[in-house]
Amino acid sequence: MSQSNRLAQGGRIDRSRELSFTFNGKSYRGHPGDTLASALLANGVDIVNRSFKYSRPRGIVAAGAEEPNAVIQLGSTEAAQVPNVRATQQALFEGLEARSTNGWPSVQRDLMGVIGKLGGQFMPPGFYYKTFMAPASMWMTYEKYIRKSAGLGRSPMEKDPDIYDHLNRHCDVLVIGAGPAGLAAALAAGRSGARVILADEQEEMGGSLLDSRELLDERPADQWVAEALEELAGLDNVLLLPRTTANGYHDHNFVTLHERRTEHLAETAPRENGRRQARSRLHRVRAGRVVLATGAHERPLVYGNNDVPGNLQAGAVSTYIRRYGVVPGNKLVLSTSNDHAYRAALDWVESGREVVAIADARPEPVGELVEQARAKGIRIIPGAAVLEARGQNRVTGARVARVDLEGFRVSGDAESLDCDTIASSGGYSPVIHLASHTGARPTWRDDILGFVPNLVEGVLAAGGTQGVYAIGEVLADGWEAGSRAAGDTGFDTVEARLPNVGARNEGKPVALYQVPHEKPTLRGPKQFVDLQNDVTAAAIEVATREGFESIEHVKRYTAMGFGTDQGKLGNINGMAIAARCLGRSIPEVGTTVFRPNYTPVTFGAVVGRHCRELFDPERYTAIHQWHVEHGAEFEDVGQWKRPWYFPRRVEGRMETMHEAVARECRAVREKVGILDASTLGKIDIQGPDAREFLGRVYTNKWAKLAPGRVRYGLMCKDDGMVMDDGTTSCLAENHFLMTASTGGAAAVLEWLELWHQTEWPELEVYFNSVTDHWATMTVTGPEARKLLAEVTDIDLDREAFKFMDWREGTVAGVPARVFRISFTGELAYEINVQANYALNVWETLIAHGEKYDLTPYGTETMHVLRAEKGFIIAGQDTDGSVTPEDLGMHWAIGYDKPFSWIGKRALTRPDTARTDRKQLVGLKPRNPEVVLEEGAQIVFDPDHAIPMPMKGHVTSSYYSPTLGSGFALAVVKGGQQRMGETVYLPMVDGQVHEAEIVSPIFVDPKGERQNV
Amino acid sequence: MFHIYCPYCGEYREEEEFHPKGEAHIVRPEDPETCSDEEWGDYLFFRHNPRGIHHEMWVHAVGCRKFFNITRNTATYEILETYKMGEAPSITAESRDDRAAAEAETAEKQEGVRA
Repeated sequence: MSQSNRLAQGGRIDRSRELSFTFNGKSYRGHPGDTLASALLANGVDIVNRSFKYSRPRGIVAAGAEEPNAVIQLGSTEAAQVPNVRATQQALFEGLEARSTNGWPSVQRDLMGVIGKLGGQFMPPGFYYKTFMAPASMWMTYEKYIRKSAGLGRSPMEKDPDIYDHLNRHCDVLVIGAGPAGLAAALAAGRSGARVILADEQEEMGGSLLDSRELLDERPADQWVAEALEELAGLDNVLLLPRTTANGYHDHNFVTLHERRTEHLAETAPRENGRRQARSRLHRVRAGRVVLATGAHERPLVYGNNDVPGNLQAGAVSTYIRRYGVVPGNKLVLSTSNDHAYRAALDWVESGREVVAIADARPEPVGELVEQARAKGIRIIPGAAVLEARGQNRVTGARVARVDLEGFRVSGDAESLDCDTIASSGGYSPVIHLASHTGARPTWRDDILGFVPNLVEGVLAAGGTQGVYAIGEVLADGWEAGSRAAGDTGFDTVEARLPNVGARNEGKPVALYQVPHEKPTLRGPKQFVDLQNDVTAAAIEVATREGFESIEHVKRYTAMGFGTDQGKLGNINGMAIAARCLGRSIPEVGTTVFRPNYTPVTFGAVVGRHCRELFDPERYTAIHQWHVEHGAEFEDVGQWKRPWYFPRRVEGRMETMHEAVARECRAVREKVGILDASTLGKIDIQGPDAREFLGRVYTNKWAKLAPGRVRYGLMCKDDGMVMDDGTTSCLAENHFLMTASTGGAAAVLEWLELWHQTEWPELEVYFNSVTDHWATMTVTGPEARKLLAEVTDIDLDREAFKFMDWREGTVAGVPARVFRISFTGELAYEINVQANYALNVWETLIAHGEKYDLTPYGTETMHVLRAEKGFIIAGQDTDGSVTPEDLGMHWAIGYDKPFSWIGKRALTRPDTARTDRKQLVGLKPRNPEVVLEEGAQIVFDPDHAIPMPMKGHVTSSYYSPTLGSGFALAVVKGGQQRMGETVYLPMVDGQVHEAEIVSPIFVDPKGERQNV
Repeated sequence: MFHIYCPYCGEYREEEEFHPKGEAHIVRPEDPETCSDEEWGDYLFFRHNPRGIHHEMWVHAVGCRKFFNITRNTATYEILETYKMGEAPSITAESRDDRAAAEAETAEKQEGVRA
């Protein structure tokens, strides 16, 4: 197909090369420098999508980020699929494959279109709420079909082949937008020596100057752009980021910039010297000052059938002609409220095509551009506007009439004009999205008929963003903002040097948003306000009639400004219509809040490298490699990888977890086992007041713990609830080693620091994490002493080295601390050595252990063994609502300690003193085969009507090979007084388990085995 | 994301380095045993939640591990000062009365247009 709309010359495209691409499976050709949109227009493609709700054919209307219709799906393979790309922002590359996101079975022949046409009255605003919300249970079904017909693109189902980077950056001045204001600001700040980042979302920097009719220093504007960019590129303190969108403006001048590095080259990032390149970069910028030079979006007029392909924005027409050498039609009618839009007609005529007429809403159009149009013989119809477009798949004509703006009515007879293109302009809306992200509300200005941003500290705005549109003033405004930003961040500003621009004689614009029609809005042809979300002027009118007066409610009821569009084209028109219907002014109606992101960002860019193996750090113990080599299955505990169990090959097959754990449990109870306990949190505490401090943060007493002794401690919050537990050893009079649970170690250290720094700074005490410095190996079981004796010089005599003692010496030839503490209830030694010796020590123990059947065991066996002994795990058997008394640990509470330790006072509050609190007990299922579910609810009366009063829940539950039955720990209301009673556990499947309340200590209740 | 000046490090750092720890200047009663249940309950559970000036405690968790205080405007997220543990804020809701009133007035005008 030929490029029928391509001009013979002009534009910033490389005509020496051709690129081929496909759209909806059909092949087309374009040039380097084209966007997908300009190439489609060059090839005369009118319909690019079907609309969201009514399924009407839609064409390209804009030339930039504000494009609402040409939202397309990219990708030739499944892995390369990218949804929600604006064709106006996608550079053309060889082999590009694009599809419409909407339209089934095709955009040309759309089944839904029939429904949409029939169904105007079937789909009023709030349609989804009114029709589909009831019954609620059917919503998921409705939604599936709505989405299928609505399209909106789809994500790839295969793994993304590309990589993405995140970069942290700092600068003095961040300039967003590289049009005239942004370039001037960057020059001013850059020349002052400030560190400047200049980011611009387009393929080329220059903004409106790239398609401007203006002369700068008597030369075409793009020449000045080229010189400015060359100078900026030569400054070491300036970073230029083209193809980079500032998507979010966050607190304290933190701005996220999304730089697309390869999307203009190919659908997946090409390799450079054989290496993968990042497809995009997310720059996380902390700026001293931010200059918003984001310009303004032209506001289309709202008239009948203004969505038929061939209706474009006036500015976009100029852009396509001047920048891409594409005229998107043959016969143009222009409908405008201002001078600026006349450029579209002038550019059209100069391209050798026909301008049928200009309908100017102003009764007496004056101004330089108006005169130029008159001089070219273009017919100008004053005081008029296009009421309605004709045509279905393409504009075939326009009805034009005089309109009475004050009275909102048509005041003359309509005239039908044949044309294939209607361009419209209702003036400009400053792009205030980023300023709005900061939470600052914009201010309406009647003189420019638009909202301008209110700026929080550290932000400046320049040019179109501020409602300044004349090119000379824009340059000066940009320079001023750049200078101020540099000055604010401590740089000496330099004298302004800017090109000369002749002042234009401009006529004043009039306020026109919705064009009146002969018929009332509700009866006339559809007048679209938000093309992407298919919101019409009638819908807004209905919303206001139904009582939605707040613009936020109107937005939600009609969907105006939703989705990827974020109200770029339609919001102001929508507010103006709501204001008209409510009899208020636009500032009284206010504006909705714009949110990040300004344009869609791929998940890849958001995630960066934080995925797969780099998603979260993994922590390994010093013995990890041995576990891997010996077939351990691993469990995640916080960020740690801990051996879960060590399955063996038995009789030609691998053990199940149940079999492996049963074997490991028996080994510990009958012979000896070894556990890698290195992940246990270890905090080194030193200082003359260390002992006093321990007495305040633990519930029990520490005053008399002698060097060489170890004690179990419970830690509460000041509300009296258990937060952690562990042992602390006295290493010397002023030196202790505290252990904390693997998952809670960091929080415990912060907790200690909190109390020391904020409540008791007078205590001299110091804390340090030594978790990674020491590796811990637990050797436990009846044979533990014999095994350890083979490799240590420490006297292991049961009288010399008692339970809850620790000794220093060597193990396997390296310095070690050995703690005689037990989490299994068996004779146990916890051997601590420097982490880098650990693997050797472990292997030495394994070698010597062979004759004792030494069995490595994992966390699952550890849990079974500790639960058999009734030892709690903080965070599993407690949940922040359990006191030491609830746990039956009265023995660990030092009520008579002199200092009112953390948690003490709360234990006598009426609620914590209740006797019917949930208390820790053991549960023995009546059926020994049953292993209760952790989390299962406990009731006293299984015959009670539902809802049954819930009296507790299971916190830990396992099968015990030692007991030959299932057993559990649970919390039960008043449980300590209910020993021997039967409770019931109704399950989801209808079964009701019976269990007896017993002591939580199932094995060796007197604790004799650990003392042997 | 906040940009927070750590008064101990003497530098601005990213919010990612810090943990928020709630309202500042909550003093643990000198003698908890003589507190009534109500007084103890107030200390444990009751906190202010102002719109405007708020003093809050943060910790430079992956930096110097020091706790310190921030005076922050909860409406604008502006951090007005940071100061060391044990120091008094130089900016308070009372000292900012005029400004707060002006802000409240602005906020009033914007009611009804919030998402």
